[in-house]
Amino acid sequence: MATSTSSPQLDSGPQHDPERVPRRVGFSQTLGRWDVKVSPYLYISPFFLLFALTGLFPLVYTAYVSVHDWNLIGGKGAFVGLENYVFVVQEPNFWKSLRNTFSIFFISTVPQLVIAIVLAAVLDANLRARTFWRMGVLLPYVVAPVAVSLIFGKLFADKSGLINTVLGNIGIDPIGWHSQVLASHVAISTMVDFRWTGYNTLILLAAMQAIPRDLYEAAVLDGASRARQFFSVTIPMLRPTLIFVVITSTIGGLQIFDEPRMFDQTGQGGPSRQWMTATMYIYELGWGNQKSFGRASAVAWILFLIIITIGLINFSITRRIASDNATTKRKKVSR
Amino acid sequence: MSAPSLPVIRQTAGRGAARAAARRRSTAAGSDRRPGWVTYTLLTIAVIASVLPLYYAFLLATSTAPEISRNPIPSLIPQGHFFENVSRVLNSDIQFWKALSNSVIVSTITALSVVLFSTLAGFSFAKLRFKGRNALLVFVIATTAVPTQLGIVPLFILMSQLGWTGKLIAVIVPGLVTAFGVFWMTQYLESALPYELVEAARVDGASMIRTFWHIALPAARPAAVMLGLFTFVASWTNFFWPFIVLGSQNPTLPVAIQLLQASYFKDMSLIMAGVTVSTIPLIILFFIAGRQLVAGIMQGAVKG
Repeated sequence: MATSTSSPQLDSGPQHDPERVPRRVGFSQTLGRWDVKVSPYLYISPFFLLFALTGLFPLVYTAYVSVHDWNLIGGKGAFVGLENYVFVVQEPNFWKSLRNTFSIFFISTVPQLVIAIVLAAVLDANLRARTFWRMGVLLPYVVAPVAVSLIFGKLFADKSGLINTVLGNIGIDPIGWHSQVLASHVAISTMVDFRWTGYNTLILLAAMQAIPRDLYEAAVLDGASRARQFFSVTIPMLRPTLIFVVITSTIGGLQIFDEPRMFDQTGQGGPSRQWMTATMYIYELGWGNQKSFGRASAVAWILFLIIITIGLINFSITRRIASDNATTKRKKVSR
Repeated sequence: MSAPSLPVIRQTAGRGAARAAARRRSTAAGSDRRPGWVTYTLLTIAVIASVLPLYYAFLLATSTAPEISRNPIPSLIPQGHFFENVSRVLNSDIQFWKALSNSVIVSTITALSVVLFSTLAGFSFAKLRFKGRNALLVFVIATTAVPTQLGIVPLFILMSQLGWTGKLIAVIVPGLVTAFGVFWMTQYLESALPYELVEAARVDGASMIRTFWHIALPAARPAAVMLGLFTFVASWTNFFWPFIVLGSQNPTLPVAIQLLQASYFKDMSLIMAGVTVSTIPLIILFFIAGRQLVAGIMQGAVKG
């Protein structure tokens, strides 16, 4: 068996030639063993190399850039310690960008999850034309955020926007989607939800279909109504998936850029930066008027620490819930 | 799943038992009962909410700027200015054709590369034995929680040092293989590729790479197609990094389309024509492969 293990170079099948096999045994065996030992690492190496080069290194190097005077055009300057951090922390726009980022994140995530759960429950029924409905809710996913934002920018236009016109027709005053802080966050959250609700609905639908049906039968035997089944069986069983969805949307949501960037023509997050997010602020510092890579990196590093912290909190909560789950089966979801 | 069907119950346990079973099933999971109009109404609303904004964009793309500024809903049915508006997009200074071909190149190369390298890594993680396998796989999964977008400043510096800014390679290289892809293919190959097949190939004297190419890759095809689709869509719709590193000189489609809004006179019919033509390729893809996308999301959810 071992003798026939050929090396990559001997691929063409030397084992068919009875004359040559015995002579090559030693060499081929060595190569074969080398093949078995090294190949697994070789095959996974592209990911690790690429991650090191374009993921890990830039992140770590961000910290290095952030303690230097570093210009987009001029390049690296003097070491300035924490000066960049001191500068950005004193900027009102920095705090605004953090506030906006979190505000948009919450306004988009909470309704999105609620709608996704309801839609998933509806899709979980024994539907006619099942694939049609599933594809129907997924359609927005293939539309680029830039395109979504351009469309919704018109829907939410302050003057001559579709929504304000409709509101005007039923006697409601127009809403300052671009001028008010909260309204602009709602508009941007709507764009996010337009694109992602269907996607998350399908994830939750799959999780719902994985719930063992005898749990429902047991609930029915105990006299549970359909609503009660939903809250006492479906929701608790969905918890791991819900946590997964929340974690993935945290990582993506806190880096949001496309939708708010496109929400108006200038792309600066509004006249008083009322919808400028943290990533937009990084862009403005680094590639806007200041061209300060040092300051942009300081903001990026702060945001990175925030996201990692939230990730760790998420992780510990998840683990606690998981261990709780093992002991007490019945429990309400917090969100 | 394994419960006997109602006719079987009727034959073996009598009509009463069958009726009781039917009642039980209809009140239980709801998976066997045909849902009522409320369900279909909710679904119809959801699908309309998905389609309507896109239809609205198309409506505006068939209209003219003066009409749109007079009335935000110029008409409920498409008007005749679509091709005129599209040709204005094509002849504008956003370099539409270049952007389209750039998007095709970037998305295709990225999708193929992600599929190849992810399947290779997935094969290794799922079916080969080596030291540190589990730890390395955990590491791969953990990297999905790292907000790598925040490393853009050094990544940009790196690309300038390499002289890659403004070149497609700067967008392609960082996306050549993803943690999600590796994890996805590992999951799939673990269940879809029997050890016996791998062993048999080895016994027959196939090298590792030959085993991968002739045994693992064909077995991975369904998951590979889905991964390729998701990667293609993600790459096509990606904006942030191409916007920063390519700029408007050598844009991908989203980078080009946003330029339509940047001009000081905002011509909605032009913008929406751009939105429409840049979205059509993916809508077509969606009609061909939407089934696979749906199945892919649902499979990934159960396993992930």
